[in-house]
Amino acid sequence: MKVQESSADALAAAEQKFGGPGFTRQQVQGGPPVIWAPADKLPQLLRYLKSEAGSPFPMLYNLTAIDERLRSHRRDQPEGDFTLAYHLFSLDRAEDICVKTALKGESPAAQSIVNIWPAANWYEREAWDMFGIVFNGHPHLRRILMPPTWEGHPLRKEHPARATEMEPYRLPEAREEKEEQALKFRPEDWGISRRHGDTDFLFLNVGPQHPGTHGLLRIVLQLDGEVIVDAVPDIGYHHRGAEKMGERQTWHTYIPYTDRIDYLGGVLNNLPYVMAVEQLAGIEVPERAQVIRVMLSELFRIASHLVWYGTFAQDVGTMSPVFYMFTDRERLFDIIAAICGDRMHPNWFRIGGVAQDLPRGWDAGVRDFLAYLPRRLQEYDRIVMQNRIFKARTKGIGAYSLKEAVEWGVTGPGLRACGLEWDLRKQRPYSGYDQFEFDIPTADAGDCYDRAAVRVAEISQSLRIISQCVENMPPGPYKAGHPLAAPPPKQRTLADIETLITHFLQAGWGPVIPPGEATAAVEAAKGINSYYLISDGGSGPYRLRIRTPSFPHLQMIPFISGGAMIPDLLAILGSIDYVLADVDR
Amino acid sequence: MYSAVISLITIFGVIIAALSVSAGLIWLERRLLALWQDRYGPNRVGPFGLLQVLADMIKILSKEDWVPPFADAAVFVVAPAAIIVPVLLTFAIITYAPGIAVADLNIGLLFFLAMSSLAVYGVVLAGWASDSKYSLLGSMRAAAQMLSYEVFMSLSLMGVVMLAGSFDLKNIVEAQKGLWYVVPQFSGMLIFLTAGIAETRRLPFDLPEAEGELVAGFHAEYSGMKFALFFVEEYLGITLISVLICVLFFGGWQGPLLPPLAWLAIKTLFFICFFILLRATFPRPRYDQLMSFGWKVMLPLALLNLVVTGGIVLATR
Repeated sequence: MKVQESSADALAAAEQKFGGPGFTRQQVQGGPPVIWAPADKLPQLLRYLKSEAGSPFPMLYNLTAIDERLRSHRRDQPEGDFTLAYHLFSLDRAEDICVKTALKGESPAAQSIVNIWPAANWYEREAWDMFGIVFNGHPHLRRILMPPTWEGHPLRKEHPARATEMEPYRLPEAREEKEEQALKFRPEDWGISRRHGDTDFLFLNVGPQHPGTHGLLRIVLQLDGEVIVDAVPDIGYHHRGAEKMGERQTWHTYIPYTDRIDYLGGVLNNLPYVMAVEQLAGIEVPERAQVIRVMLSELFRIASHLVWYGTFAQDVGTMSPVFYMFTDRERLFDIIAAICGDRMHPNWFRIGGVAQDLPRGWDAGVRDFLAYLPRRLQEYDRIVMQNRIFKARTKGIGAYSLKEAVEWGVTGPGLRACGLEWDLRKQRPYSGYDQFEFDIPTADAGDCYDRAAVRVAEISQSLRIISQCVENMPPGPYKAGHPLAAPPPKQRTLADIETLITHFLQAGWGPVIPPGEATAAVEAAKGINSYYLISDGGSGPYRLRIRTPSFPHLQMIPFISGGAMIPDLLAILGSIDYVLADVDR
Repeated sequence: MYSAVISLITIFGVIIAALSVSAGLIWLERRLLALWQDRYGPNRVGPFGLLQVLADMIKILSKEDWVPPFADAAVFVVAPAAIIVPVLLTFAIITYAPGIAVADLNIGLLFFLAMSSLAVYGVVLAGWASDSKYSLLGSMRAAAQMLSYEVFMSLSLMGVVMLAGSFDLKNIVEAQKGLWYVVPQFSGMLIFLTAGIAETRRLPFDLPEAEGELVAGFHAEYSGMKFALFFVEEYLGITLISVLICVLFFGGWQGPLLPPLAWLAIKTLFFICFFILLRATFPRPRYDQLMSFGWKVMLPLALLNLVVTGGIVLATR
């Protein structure tokens, strides 16, 4: 990908200011430009890039680490055992940049940047949890996804990836005692105090099993009466090690795992993954496949928004809408199942295209749905959005400003509800989105009601995009003919031993993707979802990083729920629209 | 002897009728909600799923009678009884049709108000004895909500009392011979209806239970038959408030052609369905919003209604 002009300026300026030994650039196959900086200069450099640079990058979009110890292809990269990668974003210019730093030794340490970006808090805890990288100056560096009693750091290469590589599970008395002790609630462990002045606080444990948390989420509330003083989310109950699993799957067989990251988003998860692989392999996706991908993505965006719509209404106590919206979603799933063969997890996008061509008569169902839903949406608007109690429950609740949204890494409808007309599909079109006509709905107040209003309006815009897909579906192949995307032609395998061997290897191992790095992002239903892939020239990723929108959004809960009441917290949770699988991965 | 038998029959008749109506309501509510929510509801057990109630009862009766080890056992057991007895007692003072009443009490309305105040105890005790934070929060909400809504509930009824000149429900019905009180007391009816929903803790006033936030609120720790008592009490409460609305504002048993009891039943059923429809429609306001609505809107309205009615009654007499 080309380095954008102003970001090239910023890089040059940074290089001049901080340049010297260890300050280098890295070529990547896709994604933002990458610069390397020595660890000791990193905090200053990041602070400079955030606010002082002429063209700043105010959003910390992603922070992750890489275990480099077994990697063989590391051309133009500084020596190191572990790498920290900071992905920064500038929304105004729709530009991003990745800053990396090399860490040496078996137990590496780096300087925390929580004082620069509050959003770094959870990301640094995750890097500590997964790689054992210590962040000096972090206010509360403890495990975030794994249980507190876990031994080892799962994303390090020496940590086993399968249960069969580990000792059989045993629970002797001493260990049982230890586990029980770890479950005991001590407010101090959570960074909250028991009393303030004359007030003894009440601690209410919400979840991990609770009807209002939409999944396995635990929030410890520090209450003064019913007023929330502090709320501390505890995540990790839905952690399945999706990133670790990536390291032992082939490029191809990982696609079904992506479906299950944001399990309401279906193919919206496939898309950034296959796009990143295509960038690594240099595969061009044919036009028809791109339009099919757009259509399915938008169908899934509607499906995801419908679930959110109904459950959000239920969070503030309205009982009926959720049934209407699930019924509509079922109609949608009928269409999706007719095209893909499955409902929620269709596993349908492929490297270089989609799994199959559209079935005969596919457009009839889609047209029916396009005619059906707008009428229903009007009705829902009356029973949910126009309801006075609903407005009283959501207006002015859980509000944040645009500046705060950028500070905390908010993307998607939560960002647009703060008044910024910013959508990755428009600002940096992928998969042919620049060919479609649609608007970006926005709102001003950034509260629960506005986040809801933006999502509701997005459903209509998605319908617009889908109808353009139906009217203008281009003819042609549904999959690229690239050797890494499609098996060799059958006739030639019978005539030519080289082709036969290639076919054999591809069927057995899947494609071998050339070494390199690529990041691909899409505007998913909940915000920007991106996959950062590193290939070491193998049949699967060397490192696979999933940056999900729900993770930073959830991190914001304490910030926006202080001073609210318990019912407000439920409204806030509903308005964020997260999926725990998307948070924990 | 004869009159004693008659009154025994009435007493058991009323109790059995009240209990079976509220059990039937469980089925009715589930079917009606399903109808309004585009789904089927219970339709497997017996004709139209009617025997679902029976199946539910068998299930709930055969469940373990469990008291949480951390609960205050004695109060925990008493609370469900404390909540259901006042409601059942109130059914005694209602005149269902000419001659059909358990107790023809000349202070009937006051008795109802006293009993509905007592019902708060059951909720508060249940939440307190459970010794669980969710229950405690639920019962705190219940106490505040029911106490505040009771204030204007009684005030809203005083207009009816003034017009009829009696606290006796039989006299009130008979005084509506020419004109149902819903016409002169329309605002009083609306206020009583609102307070009635709050008293029964039904959506949109179900804050003490608030499933999405407090899980089940004051009865979160209850199971088996003790839970069933809370459950049945809710439906008894709906029936009671519906009957009272008919008696106080819609001419009770009065109506052409059909027998008096049938008229009361039809009118009551209408309001029961209305209650269920409310549940299918509304979101839940927040606790502080509910309280300020009660004190800042409903109470002044009730007082205004009282003053205006009083003035008119004085002027016309």
